[in-house]
Amino acid sequence: MVDKHKKWANIYLVFVFILMYAPIFYLIFYSFNKGDYMAGFAGFSWRHYIDMFADARLMQMLVNTFIVALLSALIATLIGLFGAIGIYNTKQASTKNVLLSLNNVLMVSPDVIIGASFLIFFTMIGLKLGFGSVVLAHIAFSIPIVVLMVLPRLNEMNPALIDAARDLGANSYQVLSRVVLPYAWPGILSGFFMAITYSLDDFAVTFFVTGNGFSTLSVEIYSRARQGIDLSINAMATLMFLLSLVLVIIYYFISNYSAANSKKKKGNRVVVH
Amino acid sequence: MNRKRTLTYTIPYILWLGLFVIASVILLIIQSFGNLNGHFTFSNYVTYFSSGTYLRMTFNSIFFAFIVTAMTLLISYPMAYVMSRLKHAQFWLLLVILPTWVNLLLKAYAFIGLFSKTGTINEFLSLIGFAPHQMMFTNMSFLVVAAYIEIPFMIMPIFNSLVELDKSYINAARDLGATQWQTLVKVIFPISIGGVKAGIQAVFIPTLSLFMITRLIGGNRVITLGTAIEEHFLVTQNWGMGSTIGVILIVAMILTMMLTRDRKKKGGKHGR
Repeated sequence: MVDKHKKWANIYLVFVFILMYAPIFYLIFYSFNKGDYMAGFAGFSWRHYIDMFADARLMQMLVNTFIVALLSALIATLIGLFGAIGIYNTKQASTKNVLLSLNNVLMVSPDVIIGASFLIFFTMIGLKLGFGSVVLAHIAFSIPIVVLMVLPRLNEMNPALIDAARDLGANSYQVLSRVVLPYAWPGILSGFFMAITYSLDDFAVTFFVTGNGFSTLSVEIYSRARQGIDLSINAMATLMFLLSLVLVIIYYFISNYSAANSKKKKGNRVVVH
Repeated sequence: MNRKRTLTYTIPYILWLGLFVIASVILLIIQSFGNLNGHFTFSNYVTYFSSGTYLRMTFNSIFFAFIVTAMTLLISYPMAYVMSRLKHAQFWLLLVILPTWVNLLLKAYAFIGLFSKTGTINEFLSLIGFAPHQMMFTNMSFLVVAAYIEIPFMIMPIFNSLVELDKSYINAARDLGATQWQTLVKVIFPISIGGVKAGIQAVFIPTLSLFMITRLIGGNRVITLGTAIEEHFLVTQNWGMGSTIGVILIVAMILTMMLTRDRKKKGGKHGR
């Protein structure tokens, strides 16, 4: 009886996973099509990959996308890290709560609201839409996730560590670089990777603040997809899927590493008490 | 000394809070009271509430988001439950997360290939003897694609609430003579309600604002709040009206969050 349930449960599991992955593998499969459509597989060919790499505009977009992602993730990680330290150092509980809620506003806001309000903001301060506005927007929507990744690590840290470092004569810079940063490192890395994926994944906000001159891959894909099927996009999708696979694996190891660490800590604590 | 130093480093973060979180929302609200020439007016709100088109669009958007949320919940709850009972649960969770890292537009693009008149689904239908159907640019196609995109965001929070569930509750219920169904409805579901609410939040609000899917898959048949905002900002350049709809979307978002708030936490606060 129970076995029968288990069997159905497993069938359901496999079924949902197939549903979730079928469209993605369908895209990848047809990127190798000799023909020009996402139907009727005419035979294997690399031709769309060759087309893709020969497509200067698409390659330019790819470069743009990665520059924006790396630059915005780096800056967002720096700002978010010190933001998290600032929130951690805030003693008053009510101020802390206000800061945390404000931090999370952009996490829950719909993309269009973020895009529209940033567009108004950039226009008001007279910033020309283009590379600068896109990078600024990406930094802005990546900061909260960095804070959310770093803050738990800081909260887990035993405050006695900082006191001990102080007592042993460390100045604030040394406390930061020798104690706080190494401890928060897995959180900082996760925050950085999340910021990169947020940036790579974003379409809506970029679409609002990008103007005419500058564009990223997702905006380009959008305008091409509106015109119909173009199998170079499938080739690009395959590359991006492989890339996200790599990023997921890296992220998995980082989070496992920090989980293992904190488990050890928790274990110790239980023993001490 | 240290205090001051840390504060200096925190300045960019404070600036970000002030400019990108607080100021930009306030600017959006101010803009919603401006007409095409930038003068203060209530006319956007008057137009919004007196015109049948805007109200119908809003109702439609909420209705579609509601259906998408219900569809994803129906598929995701059993899925999350089965996953939470497996041995390498975290690995399966990773498999659920992975598709969310694929760009949303690429996923929508895949459905253009699947749904188009000469596409794979029609090919399959004609193979088993059905006439080809027009699937692109229909309400159904929008619902399917939106639900497909949102499923992982529903599974994740429900899974997290179920994986923490103490097995002894289930055993206790069974020992006391509850049937499997009763255990599910009276024990497991109430414990996981927090995850369900978080999932509803994570799906309902973004679905209200999805605009690229409506453009790519729904033709212009399905208009969500998000589509309307994009239209006003980037096509007709009527920022005032766009901002007004934006404010409506923010209100809808806050209402959703209040309705799906975790009551337990509130109770705890009262207790203190």
